Amino acid sequence: MPFSLLKYGFKKDYPFEKHPDLPVPTELKSSYDVVIIGGGGHGVATAYYLAKYHGITNVAILEKGYLGGGNTARNTAVIRSNYLTSEGVRFYSESVKLFKEMSNEFDFNIMYSQRGQLTLAHTDAAVRGFRQRAEMNKHFGGKTELIDPQQIRELVPSLNMNPGHLPVLAGLWHMDGATARHDAVAWGYAKGATERGVELHQLTEVSDVIVENGKVTGVNTNRGKVNCGCAIQAVSGHSSLLAAKAGFRLPIKTYPLQAMVTQPVKPFLNPLVSSPSLHCYVQQTGRGELVFGGGSDPYPLYNTRSTMDLKESLLANAVELFPFMANIRLLRQWAGITDMTSDYSPIMGLSPVDNYYLDAGWGTWGFKATPICGKTMAELVASGGKVPELIKPFAMKRFDSFRQVNEMGATAASH
Amino acid sequence: MKIMNCPLNGPRNISEFVHGGEVRNMPDPNTCSDHEWAQYVFYSDNLIKVVKEWWLHAPSGYWFIAERHTASDEVLKTYDPSELFKERLEFTANTAETPS
Repeated sequence: MPFSLLKYGFKKDYPFEKHPDLPVPTELKSSYDVVIIGGGGHGVATAYYLAKYHGITNVAILEKGYLGGGNTARNTAVIRSNYLTSEGVRFYSESVKLFKEMSNEFDFNIMYSQRGQLTLAHTDAAVRGFRQRAEMNKHFGGKTELIDPQQIRELVPSLNMNPGHLPVLAGLWHMDGATARHDAVAWGYAKGATERGVELHQLTEVSDVIVENGKVTGVNTNRGKVNCGCAIQAVSGHSSLLAAKAGFRLPIKTYPLQAMVTQPVKPFLNPLVSSPSLHCYVQQTGRGELVFGGGSDPYPLYNTRSTMDLKESLLANAVELFPFMANIRLLRQWAGITDMTSDYSPIMGLSPVDNYYLDAGWGTWGFKATPICGKTMAELVASGGKVPELIKPFAMKRFDSFRQVNEMGATAASH
Repeated sequence: MKIMNCPLNGPRNISEFVHGGEVRNMPDPNTCSDHEWAQYVFYSDNLIKVVKEWWLHAPSGYWFIAERHTASDEVLKTYDPSELFKERLEFTANTAETPS
């Protein structure tokens, strides 16, 4: 056995190198039908569905760093659909359905793990809000219930029922709550898209968007000019910066969101637990590490630095929820850049520039929408700009007509 | 802890301050169009640059102006609003009829 392993190690051709997940990079062509700016989950998902359902494969994904290396790698991988508005619930429910099927569809394990998500109510007002969310969810086919403290104790025995002197009054139990490996989602989509002929160009940064007579005709990159029939911007965290290159402003303000992870411990926590009042959500990964996330930073910034303030407040609240965690060491800390809209819903669809489509404003709710976002953006592009029903409410124009889709109350940790 | 220099109270912890948004001119709500108002309320340049912002020192209730870089997070300058606003701004009540 050790010899065969040694022999295998010295072999010139590793079996998996014969069938790499991604093709070898090629030269950039001078023109594509569709250029997708941003090689994160949303960008590659859009390319995948364009190729799979619409037969559009003359597509280039331009990524300034590496595949899924931006906010796709920085989120806390929460999948849920317990939102507050009918528009939100319908949209995110479709996403959850697609996530469930994803590993089979890709033949690539995204480690989808349905755990259920438990949101804690510490005030009467929160209980009322949760009732509304539960009913709204059930109405649109989701699985969400209001549960009492006894049921919470049974679900999460290790939870402190009186954290920070805020007694747990009730919980919103969302059975569809889940987690998955975010890198694998991006890789699975990229694999599926490139197999169908889409080109993924990493280390290719768009320096300028070329707009002629109000219509996008191409982009300048660090590897030369690329003409395009249409372009999609899917660059969460940098949406305003890219939109400025295309010549318009967005209703977005950008904040960092800090998260952290502990050393691994034995499995003890099955559901994802969040407390909006304590600005904290906690989940245990498949490897046993505890992932924490909290609210966004208190002022806008394009920087992924760590602050002592946030570490202290987030960990203090996490320890209130699970007191024994005080003895666990922190392993790693990081931050993502979140493009926040004032109504906590995304901006999808048409932009002031013709043939330039927006997939922006993904604040703290981007990962969970990856599949449905890719699917609807692909429909939008393939139809030449006919906005699918599901994303009509998320048009940028809603801000000009004061018709926001308010999902502020449905965040896991208030921001 | 990050320190910010309050023009009234001197250097204090950043946790004592509240961000109040960029300094910009408000269009007259009585005469501006819905589009102009939406631009003012929701839209923002949101670029990487030095921005001029309102900040509040919460314990003393004092509003001032800070110039801050939105990528390096350096606070370059803080000063009293009287340096920018030489005249008192009057806000008139909206006289337009509200739609029922």
